[in-house]
Amino acid sequence: MNTAYQIVVCAGIVPDPLQTLEPVLSPTGPALKNEMMLPAVLDPWAGHALYEAANLAKNAPGSKVWLVSLGPKAKLQQVMMTVAQKVPFELVALDGPASGFTEAAEVAAALTEAIQTIPGLDKSKLLVFGGWESASRGAGATMQMVGERLGIVDQFQGVDQLTVGADGSLEILERIEGGKHQVSKCAGPPALLGWATGNLPEPKNNPQIGMTNMRTVMPALQKAKPTKLAGEGLAFASVTLPKQLRETKVVKDKSPEEIAAEIAEWINK
Amino acid sequence: METILVLAHTEADGTLARSAREALHAARALNKAIAGSQLLVGLIGENIQAAADSIAACPATKFFGVSGADFTVSRYATDAAAAAAICQAAQATIVVVPATSRWNRVLPGVAQRLGGRVDTHVTGLTEAGGQPAINRWYYRQRMEATISRTQRPWFIAIDPGSQPACECGAGTATVASVAVNLTEADQRTEVIGTREPKADAQTIRPDAHLLFVTGAGWTKKQADGQTHVPEAEKIILEFLKHTRASLGSSKSLVDLGGEGQAVLPFLSHLNQIGQTGSTPRHAKGLSTCCHGEEPHTVGWRFINERRAISLDPNCGWARGKADVLYVADAFKVMVKLNELLGQ
Repeated sequence: MNTAYQIVVCAGIVPDPLQTLEPVLSPTGPALKNEMMLPAVLDPWAGHALYEAANLAKNAPGSKVWLVSLGPKAKLQQVMMTVAQKVPFELVALDGPASGFTEAAEVAAALTEAIQTIPGLDKSKLLVFGGWESASRGAGATMQMVGERLGIVDQFQGVDQLTVGADGSLEILERIEGGKHQVSKCAGPPALLGWATGNLPEPKNNPQIGMTNMRTVMPALQKAKPTKLAGEGLAFASVTLPKQLRETKVVKDKSPEEIAAEIAEWINK
Repeated sequence: METILVLAHTEADGTLARSAREALHAARALNKAIAGSQLLVGLIGENIQAAADSIAACPATKFFGVSGADFTVSRYATDAAAAAAICQAAQATIVVVPATSRWNRVLPGVAQRLGGRVDTHVTGLTEAGGQPAINRWYYRQRMEATISRTQRPWFIAIDPGSQPACECGAGTATVASVAVNLTEADQRTEVIGTREPKADAQTIRPDAHLLFVTGAGWTKKQADGQTHVPEAEKIILEFLKHTRASLGSSKSLVDLGGEGQAVLPFLSHLNQIGQTGSTPRHAKGLSTCCHGEEPHTVGWRFINERRAISLDPNCGWARGKADVLYVADAFKVMVKLNELLGQ
């Protein structure tokens, strides 16, 4: 059975993980110091979702991938310059904050509205992908709310593997406690998958894919809908960096035998 | 007046996990702190009476339950229907759950369904000015916030290991059964089972006292100009055998495996600690051959005592991220350590 999927990937952007982050109080609530100056990357787990989506689309002829992303337009453009070279997709952009301090429910509402504007969307072919958590809010909440708003009740989180059966069914491996996976079989689309790492490496940059994608990326960025997230009902009493900085004892002059003895004693203490 | 509902699911054997008792402890503390609030318990599972009886002495004024074969397995559609039904029956304003994979999957959807709000990975639940407030981390454990909300119902998932477990005694609980009408659409997904490495190959042990992290250095060229991957594998596995530690990895080492290179075959992305991995809770952590850069060490936020072995005296561990940094060859140290632990 050959099914053509419509795969919508929800992916935010986050500060490059190598950057030092410091919270500040802005007129609209907590934010990151120099937030607009920090280099951004596609949210890592959402990135895995995008690569898995592209791989699935490649193996299911007739399938198409949309990337729905909410972030400041200038930042989105910067990130797309790299991401667009990885895999084929059509961008649906929303111009708004990408901060981790935004409200997941409001982000979900904005993403759902954007998904619903995709022309010709057929729910019987629809797979909604995203990261199971972000590297910003890290709540693992937005995707489920998008699913609920779209009326999708076959939802999976922490997905590491999706296999399409000969009958069109979807076998899905989700992370559960203790380094195990739960194996489920879903009859088929519509379904929502919040991806963990999956199994695919990051694709190498392909300038040809980049050229093709950029034909739609730039117009999508130009018509990105301004999106306000009010954070209604949510109050931050404080946002602080952890105070604990350890006094590291650096041991340079001991033999492997002495170090091993010290560690063994520490482990057994 | 707040109505605080603790929602829990039973385990495969019908018992409640420790994480459920931790959520109950946090909810009870909030219940005591907020005058006029009431505490309720909701349970989901194939058969919930034994679980309810096991905490019958807790101060909850009422128990609600959804039971039956449809609720044995962890499945979004049926769990969402059951949780929503209990929340409505209890008229809960605050819903506290243990952040298990089962609740993490479904809770935000239930919040959406009931017009509420949700906070996950919560590490503290307190009262401030007569209102509930929570603590949770942002940007992968880089900064901690205290927040409150006006919307109700407010769903709060408590991170396992962040709270003491309640010590409520057993007894006989009267459970009000809540009816759930499932549709065919709720059963499109069939849970087949679980998949895990063989018992002797399972290296992720959440209950272990010690986290042992292997960095990319284990697969790099050593002083003799050669890689020693088979030797590294033997040393690491022997250490795990002696200590029953949980094995973690930095992203770089895991990614080498993902790119098809034959390195440390027992490592998968599930072992990954940090920015795109897990943030486990263990009493002690020992890092080897890892630079201790921020994207990795954010996963160490909840490791109490930390030691590292690295050849680089200026690595990230030396900058306030470890209690002790041993500047040494981890191959040599670990061989000697295995000898000592094996005696």
